[in-house]
Amino acid sequence: MNEYNFAYLDEQTKRMIRRAILKGLAVPGYQVPFASREMPMPYGWGTGGVQVSAATLTPDDVFKVIDQGADDTTNAVSIRKFFEKTAGVATTEETEKATIIQTRHRIPEAPLRADQILVYQVPIPEPLRFLEPRETETRKMHSLQEYGLMHVKLYEDISQHGAISTAYAYPVRVADRYVMDPSPIPKFDNPKLEMDAIQLFGAGREQRIYAVPPHTRVVSLDFEDYPFEASKADHACDLCGAEDSYLDEVITDDAGDRMFVCSDTDYCRSRREAGHQGRLAQEDAA
Amino acid sequence: MTPQTRFLGGFTDAPVQAAHAFRAAMTVMARPGELRQLVGATPPDGLSVAAGTLLLTLCDPDTGVYLARGADNPAIRQWLTFHTGAPLVPAAQADFAVGFWQDLVPLDQYRIGTPVYPDRSATLIVECDVLQKSGATLRGPGIRDTARLSVPDAAALQANSDLYPLGCDFFFTCGDTVAALPRSIRIEPEG
Repeated sequence: MNEYNFAYLDEQTKRMIRRAILKGLAVPGYQVPFASREMPMPYGWGTGGVQVSAATLTPDDVFKVIDQGADDTTNAVSIRKFFEKTAGVATTEETEKATIIQTRHRIPEAPLRADQILVYQVPIPEPLRFLEPRETETRKMHSLQEYGLMHVKLYEDISQHGAISTAYAYPVRVADRYVMDPSPIPKFDNPKLEMDAIQLFGAGREQRIYAVPPHTRVVSLDFEDYPFEASKADHACDLCGAEDSYLDEVITDDAGDRMFVCSDTDYCRSRREAGHQGRLAQEDAA
Repeated sequence: MTPQTRFLGGFTDAPVQAAHAFRAAMTVMARPGELRQLVGATPPDGLSVAAGTLLLTLCDPDTGVYLARGADNPAIRQWLTFHTGAPLVPAAQADFAVGFWQDLVPLDQYRIGTPVYPDRSATLIVECDVLQKSGATLRGPGIRDTARLSVPDAAALQANSDLYPLGCDFFFTCGDTVAALPRSIRIEPEG
């Protein structure tokens, strides 16, 4: 028994998700409740993203999954296999060739095109949740645009650390209206949220879907005297030498040696294939 | 209507046809002013292919549908009920409303959502005699600078947009072509 309905979900579930996606696109940044289903993987493994992808995929799509930028981690591999099996879609690790990219915690380095769709896996969709635990209250705060608390939080960062120390899941304001959690992407990726592709966000456990249409104004919250800064480790990639990509720090031995490598594995691979070399590229080859 | 006709004209391969139809619908909703082909269903006379396909793609027993005058005949009622199971409801309760603009207005009879749940609003599927990238100027999310679309009544649609984040969302259908106008878009009439 290995025959699934196309893309696993039943048609009525897909219609429900599709209606939520359309409302999400109509009100950018607003979290649309949806009846999230049990998926054959645990919460926290991207069940929200998987349901959004399932409702969006067509048999003609080429599907890519990244987890923290990497195509070859457990989460990415298992979701890719899931859709190979249940939707029969082609998959790829190349950003360029993909039409739908499901992502956990990164935006690919290569700019996305208008014919591509980026689906985010979201753990906590409510940016105000750690400031106000009650859903009834956060709903009210969004309806009244009562976002002062978020600025207080960023201000407390500054008063304690001398700078806004929030480094990921950095809150943004979408289309001058809703404050939105861009999911735990590093704040380095925030400027890329204004892009040509459609961005869809799915939170399975929290049962929310939201969206950012192409060319939508997305502003990272900040202060005039402490402007938003997209930061990354102050190094070049040790494998491909890229100075403009987001880096992972990898401890290499017990003596404190470390290396920095691109978190976007496809970006790093394509640069190395094009002949770019970083500090440790020779060693790596040897 | 013979018993057979109400059974005909649905999707022949629902998962795949609905997936393609949704992608077209999502693309136009995300990019107001863009036109896409929307095919798959063959609805009875009185409904365009695009409108019929949208209904089959988005409606089911969970969604109330309002058929405005020109789109309200026994053939369409039976076809829609057989293929989607969607309850037919008055305009004030509708999740989806279908018909020509003059039959759908006034807009204030539809649900516009609530301040805490703006998604609980109606989506109107407006049948059009012409649908092209000319006419009113559109600005807002999904549009790089401006787009143009032949909308039926720019002033009424701008009044809907003034309610943002509340308001209705619109699909425009003409033959097998679809376009969309979410409430987030500001509309300036031509000229």
